[in-house]
Amino acid sequence: MMSETAALLHARPMVPQIAHVRRRRHDAPDAWTLELEMAGGARFHYAPGQFNMLTAFGVGEAAISVSGDPADGPLIHTIRAVGPVSKALTQLGPGDPIGVRGPFGVGWPMAQAEGRDVVVVAGGLGVAPLRPALYSLLGARDRFGKVTLLFGARRPEEIVFRREVEHWRGRLDMDVEVTVDHATGDWHGNVGVVTNLLSRLDIDPAKTLAMVCGPEVMMRFVSMALVDKGVGEEAIYLSMERNMKCAIGQCGHCQLGPTFICRDGPVFTYARLKPLLAIKEL
Amino acid sequence: MENLERILSDHPFFHGVNEGFVALAAGCAKNARFEAGDFIFHEGEAADQFYLVREGRVALQVAAPGRGAATFLTLGAGEVFGVNWLVPPYRWVYDAKALERCRLIAMDAKCLRGKCEADHSLGYDIMKRLMPVLIDRLHETRLQFLDLYGSHG
Repeated sequence: MMSETAALLHARPMVPQIAHVRRRRHDAPDAWTLELEMAGGARFHYAPGQFNMLTAFGVGEAAISVSGDPADGPLIHTIRAVGPVSKALTQLGPGDPIGVRGPFGVGWPMAQAEGRDVVVVAGGLGVAPLRPALYSLLGARDRFGKVTLLFGARRPEEIVFRREVEHWRGRLDMDVEVTVDHATGDWHGNVGVVTNLLSRLDIDPAKTLAMVCGPEVMMRFVSMALVDKGVGEEAIYLSMERNMKCAIGQCGHCQLGPTFICRDGPVFTYARLKPLLAIKEL
Repeated sequence: MENLERILSDHPFFHGVNEGFVALAAGCAKNARFEAGDFIFHEGEAADQFYLVREGRVALQVAAPGRGAATFLTLGAGEVFGVNWLVPPYRWVYDAKALERCRLIAMDAKCLRGKCEADHSLGYDIMKRLMPVLIDRLHETRLQFLDLYGSHG
């Protein structure tokens, strides 16, 4: 049976539902996490890796990945304030209304990951779309093999979800390695690019499925490093971020060659993206 | 010596090196241990060692006025550092500091240079192993320089 969210989306995909901000948390110098409550208290169903179009009323709409736990709790989005819409969204406070269209797109391959080792590679705010996948992996831990999170950030103070990442590091059923590009003396963790962590990783490539999200350049090099370690291109999944406007494959703003990121993605295999990522004009 | 040969051949940098070369290289090697916070070497000093990490983590740092020590790379087990031994003027251009208790193999640079000079096959083999390390570090530095995770990323 179709959920209320899905039924509304199916009937009127361009009409936002109304939600209200329940809580706002500052996660990094330019990133905030909003907890949303749908009008009427309706539960919002989505799959890890999917995104919503969020409306800051009077300003505009932006595509933002869901960053909460798909199995539990409120609808959560983590937003970096970069443009007028995202800045307006991050300035919303408790009780403020917000428009929600979604969920859209194809998410992380949770079913294909079952029974396999999973390497999750996050760069910067790319950890936000991966967080629902991490919750799902840890929520059904016995269905997966080794779970590893490799997380690269710009500076220590820009590690998004830092307390949660520390909590994950303390777990015995997953491996977590964090690295930063730039650090001063009070940081005692790893320094260097995230591919550096990958080169130190001991994996069984035939058993490994990788989920990668971050800046496109970082994802290209992470994918190449994974292939160098023997992971198949079909087993490497990347979440793309392009200029999503309609979110239903109609407007063409997020077109990447023959695909629409909003409708066919945002998660794709590296095998599918590799030839497209090599075309500089795209 | 036999023990050092085994330790060297177990280290990824020497994987696949023929036994004769390992024996030659082991003649220049010794075990070294540093506690957390110890400096392994300082910028400006003579680069008279080449280090292979067996255990622990090492930070490579450059001090900048007003900013203190900035770490630009951390290294762990299986990795190498201190490649300034290879080219004149054989001088460190950064500090190396143990972030935790470290067990290293320290290779005497003058000894190793002499053996590579005397046996070009050994020298070429060592060079083939060092070049990928240097190329990877150059590439990684470029990615760091691109500042990928900034708001433009």
